[in-house]
Amino acid sequence: MTPVVLATDALLWLLVAAVVIYVLYCRRRPHLAAPWKRVLQSNAAVASGVVLAFYLLIGLADSLHFRAAGSVEVRSLLDQALGVLRQKSEKTYSAPLATRLYAKEQIETPDGKHVRDFPRLRHGGVHLQEEERKAGDVLVRALAGLAAAAVLWALVYFGSRPLARRYPQVPFRAGWLTLGMMAAIAGPVAALAPYYHVLGTNQVGQDVLYLALKSIRTSLAIGTLTTLVLLPLGIALGIMAGYFKGWIDDAIQYLYTTLNSIPGVLLIAAAVLMMQVVIDRHADWFPSAAQRADFRLLVLCAILGLTSWTGLARLLRGEALKLSQLEYIQAAHAFGVSDARIVGRHILPNVAHIVIIAMVMDFSGLVLAEAVLSYVGVGVDPATTSFGTMINSARLEMGREPIVWWSLAAAFVFMFVLVLAANLFADAVRDGFDPRVRMGALAV
Amino acid sequence: MLAYIVRRVLYAIPILVGVNLITFVLFFVVNTPDDMARMHLGAKRVTPEAIDKWKQERGYDKDLLWNEKAAGAGKFTDTIFFDKSLKLFALDFGRAEDKRDIAHEIRTRMGPSLALAIPVFLVGLAVNITFALLMAFFRATYLDFWGVVLCVAMMSISTLFYIIGGQYIASKIWHLVPISGYDGGLDAAKFVILPVLIGVVSGIGSGSRWYRTIFLEEMGRDYVRTARAKGLAESVVLFRHVLKNAMIPILTGAVVVIPLLFMGSLLAESFFGIPGLGSYTIDAIQAQDFAVVRSMVFIGSVLYIVGLLLTDLSYTLVDPRIRLE
Repeated sequence: MTPVVLATDALLWLLVAAVVIYVLYCRRRPHLAAPWKRVLQSNAAVASGVVLAFYLLIGLADSLHFRAAGSVEVRSLLDQALGVLRQKSEKTYSAPLATRLYAKEQIETPDGKHVRDFPRLRHGGVHLQEEERKAGDVLVRALAGLAAAAVLWALVYFGSRPLARRYPQVPFRAGWLTLGMMAAIAGPVAALAPYYHVLGTNQVGQDVLYLALKSIRTSLAIGTLTTLVLLPLGIALGIMAGYFKGWIDDAIQYLYTTLNSIPGVLLIAAAVLMMQVVIDRHADWFPSAAQRADFRLLVLCAILGLTSWTGLARLLRGEALKLSQLEYIQAAHAFGVSDARIVGRHILPNVAHIVIIAMVMDFSGLVLAEAVLSYVGVGVDPATTSFGTMINSARLEMGREPIVWWSLAAAFVFMFVLVLAANLFADAVRDGFDPRVRMGALAV
Repeated sequence: MLAYIVRRVLYAIPILVGVNLITFVLFFVVNTPDDMARMHLGAKRVTPEAIDKWKQERGYDKDLLWNEKAAGAGKFTDTIFFDKSLKLFALDFGRAEDKRDIAHEIRTRMGPSLALAIPVFLVGLAVNITFALLMAFFRATYLDFWGVVLCVAMMSISTLFYIIGGQYIASKIWHLVPISGYDGGLDAAKFVILPVLIGVVSGIGSGSRWYRTIFLEEMGRDYVRTARAKGLAESVVLFRHVLKNAMIPILTGAVVVIPLLFMGSLLAESFFGIPGLGSYTIDAIQAQDFAVVRSMVFIGSVLYIVGLLLTDLSYTLVDPRIRLE
């Protein structure tokens, strides 16, 4: 087994490391920890935080890639954990929890005759001797899963009780409730998944649950890696424009007005189309298909970052303009403190809340944008599993008779929960960090 | 006023030149015309002759910026940059891959796009303001709380699902309207009504939440306290005082998108088969028709700049405190 580090893997883990360092840094500084404490006091933040943690866990498990001995295929830890789901592919569509295919086929009966019927699935419910007992079997397994989930939940509950007593201002109840609801869904699903296709299979017979879980990493990568490009550009250019003024301000303003005036989707589309040509021309850069798809994902993040830093830069420019007029900055100038030091010590910490708010607010928008871009055909590589590619390949299924609804439903639910949690968390972060809310000037 | 407009139009020129340069670099420098030819022709049929022919048909066989061989002004004018980029300023868009005149396509497709975009814009604005006013009127009650929760939930649903779901329910289950297609004249209504409805509904979440914060911010101001102190009823305060003042940021925020309505809606048009500029753009992206994408980028930028200018002008119209000089 040899580990394979894809570019997005490395960056995702780098980001995790940065967040850990930031948390440790904040812990020892009460003024930095205070806004986060305010965030953690809100029910919505704790509940959505639990959901996001679940998504993050899956996404990160999917970001540890390796190549098994004697195999050319690159797999992730999540693939390994979901091994049964990954290998159990059917011929074509099958409904959730079905034992038979969704389309009739010619089947040969044991006595040599040919009949047109729905054939049995290769994997879904094969352990059943008699198909009539499916309902009972599903119920028993689901209940067993529920019981196991309840036990796990109780462990977490009693394990975190002392913590809840130590931090009475943090609404642990909201967290436990959310966790309980998630366990009640995940438990039965996990118990049934090895025996059935819980969310059915798609046109080429892949398990939809597996695809939905794999899509999470793509969404997280788009939502977080984009900020790696967006933040440096937005912070550097925004503060420079506001602090130095004069021709630097003019040049930077010109740059972002120009970029802003190109319709977003078109600019992204043009850039992605061009990068596609580059990727096609340099097929030798990528030893494997996984690496090529990964590079395209990275390029998409970079393009999204390059086209969306303007909003943050404009906000920071205004703030830096305001701050540079304040007395303490004037005093620093008078003492002969260098520009770099003033920006680093006085301006940057005072705009940090804007950066953090912008970062969490952007996440949900980026996840939604990925779906639209992949639908238009300028998103991730068609071989990459993402909510966008899932929707794209499923959009004609609503027109089928009888309809195939489970692919879309799965993409809808997984995406809706992720984006909703991200939106709620972002709102809580904004309320915690925005000084206007704290001073009561904004009547929210 | 006129001097201001003239100055703003002059400011727009360097921005458009910048847009032009960005698109030129993206389309011709990052990848040479040879690469594009190779991609369009596919891997199998690539011969040097085929590439040359492809380039010649599209006028990509010239020099990029400077033509040494031409005489006089031709050194500059007989280049790809002049032909493909600068001519956009004269609204000369050239031809698409299917040899059709892009300018003509744009003229004919503008109608359907506007037939969809204008109702979505107007109805959406009215609906969002109404919802936001209701939430502001009932602020800090359960109605307001659940209204905001609903808004956040609606914001969290991808537009794609609104379209797919709406199309399925209205056209396939209830058979109310045709699934897709378009017709000129009054017949357009039956094709457009569902996309309009979906466009409005998908915008409610973010729109009314945004307007609600504007209303609430306005309600914290001194004149509102004065109005209440005079003994005015809350509804009078809200409708006569707050609404009028809140309309300033709302209207000026809406004005910027008015010119962009011409561009149409990418998703709705392609799902509902409306032959507008949005579906034209999507088709061009999917067929990798660079000439069309380039033209749409240029038109979009021009419209955005017009929108910015209109925004500034609308300030002076709705807010007498602001004077342009």
